[in-house]
Amino acid sequence: MFANNPFSILAESVSPILMQSFVILMGLLVIAGTLMDIIHKKNVKYFFNNAKKAKKSATKNLTTGERISVISKTIASDIATTSELGAGKRRLAHVMGMYGTILFWTASVVMIFFYSSPQSTTPSAWPIVWHVGALLTVLGGSWFWFFLRVDVYSEAHPWYRVIKADLFVLALVASSLFGLIWSFLQSMSLQDRWDDKVFLVFFIVSNLVLFGGVYWSKFAHMFYKPGAALQKNLAEADGSRDNLPPEADAPEQFGLGIKREEPKHY
Amino acid sequence: MSTFVYMTRCDGCGHCVDICPSDIMHIDETIRRAKNIEPNFCWECYSCVKACPNHAIDVRGYADFAPMGHSVRVRREEEKGTISWRIKFRNGTEKNFVSPITTKPWGKFIPKLAEGDKPNQGEINSQILYNEPHGLNTNKDLPKVEKSAFKKGVYY
Repeated sequence: MFANNPFSILAESVSPILMQSFVILMGLLVIAGTLMDIIHKKNVKYFFNNAKKAKKSATKNLTTGERISVISKTIASDIATTSELGAGKRRLAHVMGMYGTILFWTASVVMIFFYSSPQSTTPSAWPIVWHVGALLTVLGGSWFWFFLRVDVYSEAHPWYRVIKADLFVLALVASSLFGLIWSFLQSMSLQDRWDDKVFLVFFIVSNLVLFGGVYWSKFAHMFYKPGAALQKNLAEADGSRDNLPPEADAPEQFGLGIKREEPKHY
Repeated sequence: MSTFVYMTRCDGCGHCVDICPSDIMHIDETIRRAKNIEPNFCWECYSCVKACPNHAIDVRGYADFAPMGHSVRVRREEEKGTISWRIKFRNGTEKNFVSPITTKPWGKFIPKLAEGDKPNQGEINSQILYNEPHGLNTNKDLPKVEKSAFKKGVYY
């Protein structure tokens, strides 16, 4: 299963051009959904206005070198390892889901655009990347959805309560899970059976929901969050700090101190 | 002044939901970020402002002066045991304060008041509150405001 390129097997019955068109359509849906979201929420306008305001209260002009250093730190810490989630289960689940999704999507694009004809030979690494990516996404996403969702963890709602905010994570987990099941059934070489075709349909539908639902879901957070982290770190470096007080110039253990506890005291 | 959440900074960790004594900090059903569902019921205790690990919660003034650019923001540094406040007034004046964190772990250090001595009438009449100054972890005398120092027109 892990060595099979599911798209090259599919290419025996579906034209690679159709598969490539589907991927392009998904990309266009993401762009359209994000643009609609930006226009509706006016969040990018707010973001730039806020950055302008912050610049006025800056106490220091950052040099290009300092800017590059802040940007690199943001990429390494806030973006690559989602440091804002602190050290703990939420961060681990997010990192698993994030890298799983990146691997899954990258391998999907590569295999569909370069190795989807029945004659082509797929390098063994890409199907492994695709399957491992899907598996990580399912594990990270399910861990989050079943155990770490804040409305369940902190607000005591039951785990089976589905809200609009679940659209993204559920569609993401569903697309990876259905992809894995489809690939598994394909690898069993079930001649003319319905099983793998049904899961192929589920895989397509879940992808349509995931990429077509950008306007209604949290999908676009993957574009906004890096921008917000960058603005936050630049504001910290130029002294404007979004009106936050400076770091306390107090001796260690100035107060009694307390380690933050997990938010589950409902 | 009730609290509100900067959506770009909130990561939906739930600390404010957990700590809010009025149960008005909730999770938004569309974006899974925290929000103050009833700003008019906010006690202005600022527990959520202090608890937020991402400095995502701020204080909103009422409509008559809110547009004039005030802000109240807080930085909590657990490793130093400090809470720093920065108050920016609408005329541009800024004040910065640093205080020790005195929060105690949940369910521990519950004072056994019933076992303590009853305050006598003299203690009740004094400006010192019950268990002060011992309860403040200091044995110094606390500052007092003499009645003669009150503003003209204030009577007790």
